[in-house]
Amino acid sequence: MYLIADIVISIVLVIGGFFIFVGSFGLAKLPDTMRRLHGPTKATTLGVGSILIASMLYFLIGQGNLSFHELLVTIFLFLTAPVSANVIAKAYLRKNGDGKSDADAERRTPAEKAAPVR
Amino acid sequence: MIFYASVFAAVAVSIASLLTLYRLLIGPHVTDRILALDTLTINAIALIMLAGIFWETTTFFEAAMLFAMVGFVATVAFCKYIVRGNVME
Amino acid sequence: MTATILPHPLLSLAVFVVWILLSNHVSVGVFVLAAVIAVAVPSMTAVYWPGRPSVRRPMVILEYAAIVLYDIVVSNIEVAKLVLFRRGDSLNSTFITVPLDLESPEAVTVLAGTITMTPGTLTADYDHEGHTLMVHCLNLKDEAEAVAQIKQRYESRLLRIFQ
Repeated sequence: MYLIADIVISIVLVIGGFFIFVGSFGLAKLPDTMRRLHGPTKATTLGVGSILIASMLYFLIGQGNLSFHELLVTIFLFLTAPVSANVIAKAYLRKNGDGKSDADAERRTPAEKAAPVR
Repeated sequence: MIFYASVFAAVAVSIASLLTLYRLLIGPHVTDRILALDTLTINAIALIMLAGIFWETTTFFEAAMLFAMVGFVATVAFCKYIVRGNVME
Repeated sequence: MTATILPHPLLSLAVFVVWILLSNHVSVGVFVLAAVIAVAVPSMTAVYWPGRPSVRRPMVILEYAAIVLYDIVVSNIEVAKLVLFRRGDSLNSTFITVPLDLESPEAVTVLAGTITMTPGTLTADYDHEGHTLMVHCLNLKDEAEAVAQIKQRYESRLLRIFQ
C-alpha cells in the first residue's frame, strides 16, 4: 500500500520537474516572443500542478492530514495562467506586433486609446 | 524513493530557473523579461512546495499561495504599465 | 428579496467554499464566518458586477471540464515534443482568426482561457468589431481544421452552457 503510494508520488514529482524544465527550456530556446509564450504558459502550469498534487498526496498519506491549500494554489494558477499569457501577448502586440496589429493600433482613435483596457 | 524523486525535481526546477534567468538577462524585448519573471515566480512556487516535501513541513503553503497571487498581480501590472504608461489612473 | 441579499448566488457559493478550504479545518466558527463573508462580499461589490451570467446544465460543465483537463495533458506532451525535438525556426507559427458565435463576455473569456491552455494555441487578442479571436498557433498544420476543432470541441459546448 505504502509502496504503491510512494511510486505514484515519485512518478508525479518526476513528471512535474520534467514539465517545469521543458517550459523554461522553451522560454530560453524558441526564437521569438509569441513562440516563447507557448512554453511557460502550458508546461509550467502542468508542472507546478503535478508537484502540488504530489505534495497533497504526500501529506495525506504520510501524515494523514488532508490539506486543500495545494488544490487552491493549483486552481488559482490554472485560472490566472491564461490571463497573464493573454496580457503579455497583448502588450507585445501593442508595442511591436506584426502588420495586422499595427493596422489595428492605427485604426484606433485617440479617445479609444485613452479608454481603460478591460 | 520520494527522496530521490524530489531531489530530481528540485534539480530540474533549479536548472529551469537558471534558463529563465538567462532569458531575463538577454531578453531582447521587454515582454520577454516580463514573461521570464512570471515563469520565475512559478518556478519559485514549485521550489517552495518541494522544500515542504523535503523537510516534511506544512508551513510553506501560505508562502506558495502568496507567491502565486503577487506574481500574477505583478505580471498584469507590468504589462499594463507597458501598454498604457501608468498602472493606476 | 434574494436579489438584494444574494445578488450573485454562484459567487457567494464560491466564496463560501474557498474560505472553508483556506482555513483548512472544519468547525462551527469557520462555517459562520464563511457564511458572513459569502453574503457580505458579493453584496458590497455588487455595484461592479451589473450583469448576472446565466449558467445552465451542470452535466455539460463537468463534461467540458473533463475534456479540457484531458486536452491540457495531451497538449503539454505535444508542446514538450515540439520544444525538445524541433528547431525553433522550423515551427510553422502563425496567427489564425476564429469567428465567434458566443455572445456573453463570460463565455468569450472562458473560451479564450481554454484556447490558451490547450494544444499549441494561444489567444492573443479579441476584436470587438469583427467579434473574432486572434489565436496564435505554435505549429499550424491546417488552418480550417484548427478553427473547426476549436469551434466544435469547445464552442458548441460553451454555447449549450451559457445560452
